[in-house]
Amino acid sequence: MAEQLFLLLFNGLAYGILLFLMAIGLSVTMGMMNFVNLAHGAFAMLGGYLAITLCTTLGIPFLLCLPMVFVAVGILSAGLEAGLYRRFYRSTQLNQVLLTIGLSLMAIAGATYVWGPQLLTLKVPDFLSGQTRLFGIEVGTYRLFLILAGAAIAGALVFGLERTRFGAMVRATVDNRRMAQSLGINVNRVFRLTFALGSGLAGLGGALAVNFLGGLLPSFALGYLLVYFLIVVTVGGLGSTLGALAAAILLGISDAAAKFYAPQIASFAIYFVMVVLLMWRPQGILGRR
Amino acid sequence: MIRIAAGLSLPILALILAGGAAQAEDPIKIGVLVAHSGPFADYGTEMINGMKLFLAQHGNAIAGRQIELVDKDDTAAGDVTKRLAQEMITNDKVDMLVGFTITPEALAVAPLATEAKKPMVIMNAATSVITEKSPYIVRYSFTLGEIASTLAKWSADNGLKKVYTLVSDYGPGINAEGAYKKSFAAAGGTIVASDRSPLKGPEFAPFMQRVKDAKPDALFVFLPSGEQGVAMAKAYQDAGLAAAGIKLISTGDVTDEAVIDQLGDPGIGMITAFHYSSAHPSQVNKDFVKAWEAAYGTKLRVDFMGVAAYDGMHGIYDALTAQNGKVDADTTVNLLKNAKFESPRGPLWIDPDTRDAVNTVYLRKVERQGGRLENVEFQSYPDVKDPDHPK
Repeated sequence: MAEQLFLLLFNGLAYGILLFLMAIGLSVTMGMMNFVNLAHGAFAMLGGYLAITLCTTLGIPFLLCLPMVFVAVGILSAGLEAGLYRRFYRSTQLNQVLLTIGLSLMAIAGATYVWGPQLLTLKVPDFLSGQTRLFGIEVGTYRLFLILAGAAIAGALVFGLERTRFGAMVRATVDNRRMAQSLGINVNRVFRLTFALGSGLAGLGGALAVNFLGGLLPSFALGYLLVYFLIVVTVGGLGSTLGALAAAILLGISDAAAKFYAPQIASFAIYFVMVVLLMWRPQGILGRR
Repeated sequence: MIRIAAGLSLPILALILAGGAAQAEDPIKIGVLVAHSGPFADYGTEMINGMKLFLAQHGNAIAGRQIELVDKDDTAAGDVTKRLAQEMITNDKVDMLVGFTITPEALAVAPLATEAKKPMVIMNAATSVITEKSPYIVRYSFTLGEIASTLAKWSADNGLKKVYTLVSDYGPGINAEGAYKKSFAAAGGTIVASDRSPLKGPEFAPFMQRVKDAKPDALFVFLPSGEQGVAMAKAYQDAGLAAAGIKLISTGDVTDEAVIDQLGDPGIGMITAFHYSSAHPSQVNKDFVKAWEAAYGTKLRVDFMGVAAYDGMHGIYDALTAQNGKVDADTTVNLLKNAKFESPRGPLWIDPDTRDAVNTVYLRKVERQGGRLENVEFQSYPDVKDPDHPK
């Protein structure tokens, strides 16, 4: 009985962390920069495909691929920010939505062209597959790895945004752009770096998710948008790292519990939890605005 | 100005009319409804490849009339499919409608086929009820009922007494679950429990935990071909079900050739039931797979959808040839529903009463052959009809 509950919580936690990893980048761009970036899924997809190319095709070790993907997607997005996104910071949210949905559709077509429409998988090293004993109970090794990776990323982000000079500059820029500028902060640069950080995280999340999801298809860019990205960010509270983490874990565990105890309602349990949480706190669990 | 324009318009009109008459033979137009974008794009590519391969092999003209595929991306969304079908019927004046990857596409177009009297050839969509929706529908693919009921029969014959079922929570899944349960119970087996997983959810661990606690002899699974099957197989491994002695049996969707290599080594030994395997040991199939790979490579391997599209085109080609290039709707349907030929999948014939494909269903085991994974057939059940049709 205790073992059953432990496994349930462990699997729920791993699933929640997966949601967190995929959504946290959006929480950064949408929450901090107030830009509705629905092309987040496209960056995540790109991360997944890059990881497959680097790791499976070129044979680079998986753990080395992850930072490479993060950096590559970040750099690419910085270019996109300078050329395209910047012009839309001040436009209406509807324009931003249309622009980024359009970008996602282009990304899907592009990925189909480059990588083909078929399912691709990412082979993880042997020490990350199979099972591991944790407190005497067999658990999936990759799931354990996801939990550790999620904790590390959440820790780094909280530290980076709350405790460092760059974090203070980001928060100042978000709170009052004009004032930040008059204090000598290079606002454009801060935004570009923030955007690159958010997109890089999206790519990293995508790369980590492929093995869990069973594979990658070009439709990934929009297919997981609602559940994985928007729900977590909204329920967690815009721009709050810890909020997104709490929301993702809560949703992951409720999904696992619903599937285990009442599979008949499992299809909509995650949405039900979302509605209840948003009725309780419309601004999100740890949202400020 | 207006006068000149008016003066010119008559000769131009005459020229257009003359041009129309001068064109001796109009092409035979076949409206293709499959997805080229969205989550079903890979299915659409398989099907288009199958149709084109048949035409490339047999020439795309019948009695001097070219065969023209009017191919539009329907994104596999019922409402889009319906709109495009309407466009094809009224603007493009197609002679028939083919394709239909998933059930909603077929159901959306069925009333139009009846109204406009257009033969409609189903090349994948596998829910039983489809062929009953219009007398102009003929199916060249398969139904899940055929597969699931045969697998149930095999399970009972091979000493499985208690089975847990897990299917995707949508039409075909419920279809498969029902057919398996009915046939397994009739053979004296017990269904321990039946779960349905959300169509888009990739997380199977909690389900596997439930299955492990229920201790059945086997777990029967139906999931649409794609990443979910891989995720499920992984969760099955991670939860240690194989070690607990719980066999995994499924319909061939999970080990579909388009994704089978992505299952990797954990896939080896999986037992599935299906009507087509690219390793089917007949000469017809060997030639077919060879031609396919010569034309399209091995990146997207041929699977049951490619074959059904190929066979569908085969049926159409024969029906049009028999009419010497004329296309009469009722005659065409009549010919289509009486077809019988050797397909790469094995013998294929259409039951004229239900207008549905009658397949040989094979039991297969995943093995490594020639450097890649294949579904190797080890037992066959000939002439399986869909168990859910009223007749």
